[in-house]
Amino acid sequence: MSSASPASRWRGPVQLVAKRIGLAFITLALVSAVIFTISGLLPGDAAQEVLGQGATPEQITALRHEMGLDRPAPVRYFEWVRGIAIGDPGQSLVANMPVADIISERLPNTLVLAGLTTLFSVPIAFLVGIWSAVTRGRAADRALNIMTLAMVALPEFLVATIAVLVFSVKLLWLPSITIVPQDPTLGEFLRAYAMPVMVLGVGVIAQLGRMIRAAIIAELDRPYVEMAVLKGVSQRRLIFRHVLPNAVGPIINAMALSLSYLFGGAIIVETIFSYPGLASLMVNAVTSRDMPLLQACAMLFCATYLLLVLIADTVAILANPRLRQG
Amino acid sequence: MDDIVSTSLSRRGLLGGLASGLVLAPANRLIAQPRVGGRIRVASVASSTADTLDPAKGNLSTDYLRLYLLYSGLTQYDSKLRGQPGLAVSMETRDNILWTIKLRSGVHFHNGKALGADDVVYSLMRHIDPAVGSKVKAIAEQFKSARATGKLELELRLAGPNPDLPVILAAPQFLIVENGRRDFSVANGTGPYILRSFSPGIRTVVRRNPNYWKSGKPYLDEIEVIAIPDELSRVNALLSGDVQMINAVSPGSVKRVRASTGHAIMETKSGLFTDLIMRRDHPVTGNPDFVLAMKYLMDRELIKRALFRGFATIGNDQPISPLDPNFNPAIPQRQFDPDRAKFLLKRAGLLGTRLPVYVSPAANLSVDMGSILQEHAAQIGLQFAVNRVPSDGYWSTHWMKHPLTFGNVNPRPTADMMFSLFFESKATSNESGWNNPQFDKMLIEARHATDPARRKAIYGDMQWLVHNNGGVGVPVFISLLDGYDRRLRGLFPIPLGGFMGYTFGEHVWLDA
Repeated sequence: MSSASPASRWRGPVQLVAKRIGLAFITLALVSAVIFTISGLLPGDAAQEVLGQGATPEQITALRHEMGLDRPAPVRYFEWVRGIAIGDPGQSLVANMPVADIISERLPNTLVLAGLTTLFSVPIAFLVGIWSAVTRGRAADRALNIMTLAMVALPEFLVATIAVLVFSVKLLWLPSITIVPQDPTLGEFLRAYAMPVMVLGVGVIAQLGRMIRAAIIAELDRPYVEMAVLKGVSQRRLIFRHVLPNAVGPIINAMALSLSYLFGGAIIVETIFSYPGLASLMVNAVTSRDMPLLQACAMLFCATYLLLVLIADTVAILANPRLRQG
Repeated sequence: MDDIVSTSLSRRGLLGGLASGLVLAPANRLIAQPRVGGRIRVASVASSTADTLDPAKGNLSTDYLRLYLLYSGLTQYDSKLRGQPGLAVSMETRDNILWTIKLRSGVHFHNGKALGADDVVYSLMRHIDPAVGSKVKAIAEQFKSARATGKLELELRLAGPNPDLPVILAAPQFLIVENGRRDFSVANGTGPYILRSFSPGIRTVVRRNPNYWKSGKPYLDEIEVIAIPDELSRVNALLSGDVQMINAVSPGSVKRVRASTGHAIMETKSGLFTDLIMRRDHPVTGNPDFVLAMKYLMDRELIKRALFRGFATIGNDQPISPLDPNFNPAIPQRQFDPDRAKFLLKRAGLLGTRLPVYVSPAANLSVDMGSILQEHAAQIGLQFAVNRVPSDGYWSTHWMKHPLTFGNVNPRPTADMMFSLFFESKATSNESGWNNPQFDKMLIEARHATDPARRKAIYGDMQWLVHNNGGVGVPVFISLLDGYDRRLRGLFPIPLGGFMGYTFGEHVWLDA
């Protein structure tokens, strides 16, 4: 480490990250083919769904032609991929609007919900994880363990339903559906988001908290910790200066997984709170067989996931001196 | 004309119990004076990126709701499903083919343009253009030609006679748009409310149209329409006060809504039904004895009581509900009779048959109906396998494609529409593949009849035919349940759908 010049010190990680980015693009290309094939396997198509129960075969054929669904699959696939490559996911078959417009209307909603949930749950998860790890085996740890395990085990729909029954229907404190007014005050904004954030937070806190606990405990058993303790390092300094940087790899990976879940998997919360996010948009697209929209959503979720994992890996590499050396 | 609507309003208001406690007061003072002002939010069941401001493309209940807020039709439905004058003050014909339509004067579109005959000609004839993608193209194809004969008068010539034209034209797809309008990113109608904002799949906000052609109406300042697909969430939103009206309350939730002092349920008896379809092209389900046995094997009382908690009307294996003016009450009610069913099956040599029944949440409560049928069938020696398939794609992949499936038919405003869409031999949605030349002949005959009594008699005979020989079993007609905040006044059921047949916007007001 000491003999390397600054430039060569960074060559290893940069190469690694570049390789990861390259792999991510290959993955995306493969995923696009999979998405296209699988969505093509769904029974029925947009023309049938749009025209509904009473449509005549002639009407369906005409609409199918108008939508371009009668062209061979490879032609449609390459046209779509070309569009995606230049950033144009095409025209929605059902809404007669560009897919990009539809997504850009929903994307901020999803980002706000995911962002607020992250802000709310990550600090608590760290608190729970660290506290639990340092009191390992004692009463506090056991209590926290039982709590997080219970939180992991509770299905989201149950938490959400009970929360609505208690806080909206009985106590009338919080709205049962998440409708943010056009120009909300801070109070209105927080009130609107309180319940979905709480419900999503339950799962995230529990999972992330347990990951953090496990990662820290794994480090606490290492000789360098014993050494630091023997040297008289305070517990706070031990955890934050010595242990956390070493444990950050698994923790940041767990965070990436939670975040990608919040981005595209909040379907239950979106349904129960009638919140117009991306997950329900994608379910909509499936039921109306709006393939351009469905495929664009799927690609977006996939790209986000890959991006988050990439960031997590990069942070893990940079945080760990041994990996940094390549 | 306005009178007809408002009298039925006050009468229904009384029957609906809205004015309970004031029963002794004279009829015209029963209802509190409508109050102008207030803002409400209502939640419907479905909303998606397919939401539209184009009447021709209206496809789902939320679309109908939105369209009736923004546009007006030539006619509008009353609580007995008759077409009352709307933008048209009169529609006259001698032969049910050539119709002279006179329009109301002094009606303006939201952008200030006066309503003229050319707007109506355009609105009617555009459905025929395939590029418009109209949902009612098949119905509109009977419009042979339309021409303006004056500023406020037009002639509509049909390809064949149709005495129901005034009723048909009240449908949401036939609402009137401005001449030449192609861009439906905005809504320029003559309806009670003006569009404020519209985001497909999210919300529609409308504000009061101060120049609406019915004086004094509408009453509310603003209505926001959203959709909450999950039934439990919808009911919770009502009870927590986040929305003031919802539709499609399930019978199981009625108790919860009624337990709340501030909320009530409006039952709209309707012609909606879920039917058992027995395909003619299959050797077993095409056997007349089998078909009749199945009809006897349906425990209608149990279905009404257990599945709908009483919010249903017993059906009699034909599609015209008792609400329809053309309903034939003379047909005896078919009862649950397993012994008779067993006898019929034995005669046909079909006892012991094994058959799959396809059920899906897509067809309202067919999963439960299928299970009940399976249970009763097992008792007389028929083996049904109930195959539950997902809602998604049900109509394109399963419905009518197996010997035994369930269908779900929405209320239609006229007997002619119901029969020609679902029972005429050549209809694409002829669910059982029924072929009865006598029935087809009578359908045409009724269209030519100018005497309403004669038509009623023909439709009555057609109901006999379907009841006796048709390939579908209609156990019950399903009531539609709306939940609403008690401060919302002026509601009465219109049997075509929840939210007063989706036209509640111009009738309701909010009590302070």
